[in-house]
Amino acid sequence: MAKYVGQRVKRTEDPRLIKGLAHYVDDIRLPDTLHVAFVRSVYPHARINSIDTSEAIKAAGVVAVYTGKDVAAIGPVPCASALPGLKVPDYRVLAQEKVYFVGQPVAAVVARDAYTARDAVDLVMVDYDELPAVVDVEAAAKGGPVIYENFGDNIAYKLTAGEGDIEAALAASDHRIKQRIVHQRLAPIAMEGRGVLARYFPGEEELTIWSSTQIPHLLRTQLALMIGIPENKLRVITPEVGGGFGSKLNVYAEEALLGWISMQLGKPVKWIEGRRENIQATIHGRGQVGYVEIGCKSDGTITGLRYDVFADLGAYHQLLTPAIPTLTGLMLSGSYRIPAIQINVTGCFTNKMSTDAYRGAGRPEATYVVERSMDLVAAQLGIDPAEVRRKNFPAPNQFPFHTATGLNYDSGNYEAALDKAQEMIGYAALREEQKKARAAGRLLGIGISTYVEICALGPSQAMPAGGWESATVRIEPTGKVTVLTGASPHGQGQETSFAQIAADELGVDLNDVTVIHGDTGIVQYGIGTFGSRATAVGGTAVLIAVQKLKEKANKIAAHLLKVDAASIAFAGGRYSRAAAAAAAAGESEPVVPVGEAPAGALPEPDTEGKSGLTIQEVALAAHVAKDLPPDTEPGLSATYFFEPKNFTFPFGTHIAVVEIDRETGDVKFLRYVAVDDCGKVINPMLVDGQLQGGIVQSIGQALYEEVVYDDQGQLVTGSLMDYALPRAAHVPWLELARTETPSPVNPLGVKGVGEAGTIGATPAIVGAIVDALSPFGVKHLDMPVKPEAVWRIINA
Amino acid sequence: MKKAISLSVNGISQQDEVEPRLLLVHYLRDVLGLTGTHIGCETSLCGACTILVDGQAVKSCTMLAVQADGSEITTIEGLTNNGELHPMQEGFWERHGLQCGYCTPGMIMAATQILDRNSSPSREEIRHGLEGNLCRCTGYQHIVEAVEYAAKK
Repeated sequence: MAKYVGQRVKRTEDPRLIKGLAHYVDDIRLPDTLHVAFVRSVYPHARINSIDTSEAIKAAGVVAVYTGKDVAAIGPVPCASALPGLKVPDYRVLAQEKVYFVGQPVAAVVARDAYTARDAVDLVMVDYDELPAVVDVEAAAKGGPVIYENFGDNIAYKLTAGEGDIEAALAASDHRIKQRIVHQRLAPIAMEGRGVLARYFPGEEELTIWSSTQIPHLLRTQLALMIGIPENKLRVITPEVGGGFGSKLNVYAEEALLGWISMQLGKPVKWIEGRRENIQATIHGRGQVGYVEIGCKSDGTITGLRYDVFADLGAYHQLLTPAIPTLTGLMLSGSYRIPAIQINVTGCFTNKMSTDAYRGAGRPEATYVVERSMDLVAAQLGIDPAEVRRKNFPAPNQFPFHTATGLNYDSGNYEAALDKAQEMIGYAALREEQKKARAAGRLLGIGISTYVEICALGPSQAMPAGGWESATVRIEPTGKVTVLTGASPHGQGQETSFAQIAADELGVDLNDVTVIHGDTGIVQYGIGTFGSRATAVGGTAVLIAVQKLKEKANKIAAHLLKVDAASIAFAGGRYSRAAAAAAAAGESEPVVPVGEAPAGALPEPDTEGKSGLTIQEVALAAHVAKDLPPDTEPGLSATYFFEPKNFTFPFGTHIAVVEIDRETGDVKFLRYVAVDDCGKVINPMLVDGQLQGGIVQSIGQALYEEVVYDDQGQLVTGSLMDYALPRAAHVPWLELARTETPSPVNPLGVKGVGEAGTIGATPAIVGAIVDALSPFGVKHLDMPVKPEAVWRIINA
Repeated sequence: MKKAISLSVNGISQQDEVEPRLLLVHYLRDVLGLTGTHIGCETSLCGACTILVDGQAVKSCTMLAVQADGSEITTIEGLTNNGELHPMQEGFWERHGLQCGYCTPGMIMAATQILDRNSSPSREEIRHGLEGNLCRCTGYQHIVEAVEYAAKK
């Protein structure tokens, strides 16, 4: 049956992309479009005394200038997290009396072209009184200047979670090890920044917003509320999206503002984010400073783990800002049996851009804490880091595995992945080589990460706005198959992988299936692509929708063939008795293209006296509806909303081997092996791509990337000249392999893979560097590990 | 004061009057409607806007349209020959050298330059040749394989 699923199928979305013919937001051109540019705060914290827009509005080509007082009708930027006692600042789309971070929008200039709008920004005079900025997250928690006087302090919320008696567990340990761990702020840097095009038709009272987003339907709901337009008069279209990584899993001030401006002016308006704006005012990721304490027995058995963390939330809550550290708390058991776990979160306001979901979203932090802790235990006890991990794994027959963080891991075989990775890298020989290298004065290090992550978000109980995903599958009168998915992929390749699922299930050619997404005017309500959920949740919705459709088609085919429904089956695109016989014999028929319908008027279905019917013939009969079984709705489509009962838990082992240059402190990769288990694989080529990209983002975090605000709150990594991304020559050849433990949570058996690389890799890389420097007594290093810091250790 | 320019883009001659400050990438995208060339950084670091000017890979966000007067330009839209994919485009498709596709046009144009200079580059040489172009999705490995595929064609 499976001709496509599991195969390395080339992507159907690629031809338009490699020819330069795809349409991202800025490639959509509407007549009479006006262009918006923003005046943004240059201060991290200041009172606005006055804004003088008179010169800007006089400039040739400028149509309008809006400031905070003009936009009172637009509702606040929403936060979807509802934590007990959470303090929520009033986040207006343009600054009111004060600005709270560098890059906060203060005024919007509308002009006939983008150059004029940009020029006029410089003509808006804002008079500020600077206020003391709150920058360091630990200092923010302790006191000093308060950002929001009405809140009394800078603490947005405190939260404690976990199971087991942590104090007793730690007290009963043979060893207690503590470590301060920093997860630096990162900028997601999708290669396409954000962009919005809005067009209002005053007569029809309809607003269309094109936005580079991961969540078109959720965005529509939120923008309808913010702008005050009925949701059914607002259409959100997500054209090609040039990467998201969580940064477009949000509702931004600019999106509402553009819609509102278009309604004011009755014309299309466009804003395309520049890269400097992107680093200032698109969400950041990570931003935690924490203190871990882990307890263990002398044999390496882990007894308990506590993590006290200060989360640098930034000045405002974006959609999920306060929720991210709670995901860290959920994953603090890692891939280990830990009887007692506690997380204590202190979420703090700072005068910076908000942190929110960046690829991994709270789970890379947890994995890093747990994996670094395992290395610390290994170092303390003098046990090999692989063996400390192995000793604490739950066995495959212990799944579903309950953790002291309250989760039930679906399935896993952690030792198999570790074994395979050790075998691939030749672990024992490598340790011998390391000994010789050390004796020769070389700094060779080996780092291991045996991660587990939480994916396929998730049951609706665990999500702010629905944990399901939707699909509609339709067979058109000509037999072509249309799949409408509520997931909104943006580079992951679901136009192909969902077509693989549907084509296999329908026995049709892949090229006869078209997958449509990202348009609320066409697609039924959906949730979106994030949390490695699109295939596990959205792909399952496609599968079940097709199965529903086939039940109906089978009934219609049997009626037309004048046989009992149970006596026919579907194979190779045909309903027939022969297929039923072949299925009974365990044979399968070849997949056939649907072919083209005859030109001209739709033909009458010709079904009389046939031994079998093609899906095209059944679809045509269903649509012309002249001879259907009693009580059968015309048409041939089915919709399914799939809500999983649990999350999925992909896992794996990554091993990095590095050598450090004594002269420069530079870190060079010698090997990188990754064995990942994401359950069943729909398209191995796409899975490899997700892993490679994720691992390289981890390399970025481990070695290069950091959003830096100076102690005055000024952003000093404001462009790609200062914010260092990994380039082609920085990264090693990645040796990938898989184990396959199906998830019982969905019928596809898939777990998700979008974030695995970003979650699993950083501890392996930092662990390797620490291992290389262990002759100098190094036990831990903060990311990004820069050559200067390494050089100072070697030359101390 | 607008300036007259005359140039060839993808084999078609163009005459226009443009503002002296108009960036070449905006001329291509906004005047000629060739939106396959993308803008990713404002600081000449990402390479999404890479095109060929007289056969040389150039970041078109760092060149003025008036500086292109008299030149021959090839953009991603001009790489396809009578509907046939260029071997480099084929390589990116075959080897999954793209995900979101945003860096892809610039990446493909830069990659053609690598093979123009060295028809059988090593993996290290390919990686070095791609250093002016950022990709945030692929981790570069499949892009390296795509260039190897094209080199063998």
